[in-house]
Amino acid sequence: MLNKVVKYRFLFEELVKRDFKKKYKRTVLGMLWSLIAPLLQLGVMVLIFSKLFGRNTDHYIIYVFTGTLLFTYFSDATQGGMRALLMNAGIFSKVDVPKYMFLLSRNVQALINFALSLVIYFVLAILSGINFQWYFILLLYPIVCIMIFNLGVGMVLSAMFVFFRDIEYLYGVFVMLLNYLSVIFYTLDSFSEKAQMMFYMNPVYAYINYFRKIVIKNEIPSLRLHVLCAFYAVVMLAIGCWVYKKYNYKFLYYV
Amino acid sequence: MILKVENVSIRYITGDFKEIGLKEYFVRKMKREYKVNEFWAVDGISFSLDKGDMLGIVGTNGAGKSTLLKAISGIMVPTKGVVERQGTIAALLELASGFDGDLTVKENAYLRGAMLGYTRSYMDETYDKIIDFAELKEFESRPFKQLSSGMKSRLAFSIASLVEPDILILDEVLSVGDGAFRKKSEQKMKEIIDGGATTILVSHSIEQVRDLCNKVLWMHRGKQIAFGETEEICDRYTDYLEGRLKL
Repeated sequence: MLNKVVKYRFLFEELVKRDFKKKYKRTVLGMLWSLIAPLLQLGVMVLIFSKLFGRNTDHYIIYVFTGTLLFTYFSDATQGGMRALLMNAGIFSKVDVPKYMFLLSRNVQALINFALSLVIYFVLAILSGINFQWYFILLLYPIVCIMIFNLGVGMVLSAMFVFFRDIEYLYGVFVMLLNYLSVIFYTLDSFSEKAQMMFYMNPVYAYINYFRKIVIKNEIPSLRLHVLCAFYAVVMLAIGCWVYKKYNYKFLYYV
Repeated sequence: MILKVENVSIRYITGDFKEIGLKEYFVRKMKREYKVNEFWAVDGISFSLDKGDMLGIVGTNGAGKSTLLKAISGIMVPTKGVVERQGTIAALLELASGFDGDLTVKENAYLRGAMLGYTRSYMDETYDKIIDFAELKEFESRPFKQLSSGMKSRLAFSIASLVEPDILILDEVLSVGDGAFRKKSEQKMKEIIDGGATTILVSHSIEQVRDLCNKVLWMHRGKQIAFGETEEICDRYTDYLEGRLKL
């Protein structure tokens, strides 16, 4: 395994570079655009929903931004990851390379984008007078978890996408629905205790809530939430690896 | 023995979910109308090669030659049978594909080098040699899509031919580029072959096969018609092509 990492490091770096250049088309604006788009979305949401939810929510802008930040990372990494394999079919059908490379490099791309947004997130947090504490370092925990989770989802989707091309549309609808279920611009105050727990069935919400607990509520999340975050990540990655192991050699017949 | 191909078969499936999609797949599965068509692209091929052998694979279009090469090079896992290889293998298949049109020539060269398993330092060292050999120095920082198809194959060939593999697979690559470059590339190929590599060559030029190969595999619609000495099989194959022999 370690051997493979060393052997394919060069390829991995080159793939990341390629994806990066292609995405931003070597322009400053290209890079800026991928930041502006989610910010505009945030602006509209805050503008409209702050009348509805803003009065009872502390730091409503940051509240919404936390949601869009993590959800955008999730949808970017998984939707991009889904296509990563098929887009590179021309390569792996001619050269013997490990196929997960393409998925990994796409995920790194999404992570870079996420990191850039995270910088803006913190700038806005400072501007809104968020109380920074030492335990903000704990934010690394949900970030690592969602990274692994996204990778796992990407593995499943990219494999399925090779076999079923209409997954693209089905998953698009799924992401939209999940977006509304991820408590991004509204609050759960009016739901019963039991219903509030149900929302934890959505992994993305678990990660969003972890963020909010630290940044907005200034409290260290419970052990249960820690376990839940890791649980989703590990289970998803395990499923992803299993799917890859099982179908990986079949991809070629379908590209 | 450096390469052993034993009873290798490869099956393609057509008419299944790739065409119909997930929703239709479930509908047909429910109605019990789901069925697929099998197609054996390669069917029971067996042969073995020793060090220094040069094998020519001949056969009409659709004989399964390229698919067989994919199995030999390890890109594809055969449906049945086994391929045993000793040593490193380099496959030059459909050279010009797999490049990225938006990247520059130089970036593509590095990407391709990485795919073929070279290291970065090795690429740094040999990059100038590659670009000189491909005669593309002045196009270095152009987007790849602006190159002519001949230039593309020239670059691909130059990168790929750097390797010194134990087994070399060539799929129609000796016909790369214009006249001058073709001479140069043939020269380069001969060097690699003379270096003791076991080579597999797919070619539609029977003269080339007679010229270069000491063994020949004749395939027809996935099946193995013959494997053995060059002269005898080439004679039979020519007879077949000219209609004097029926299969």
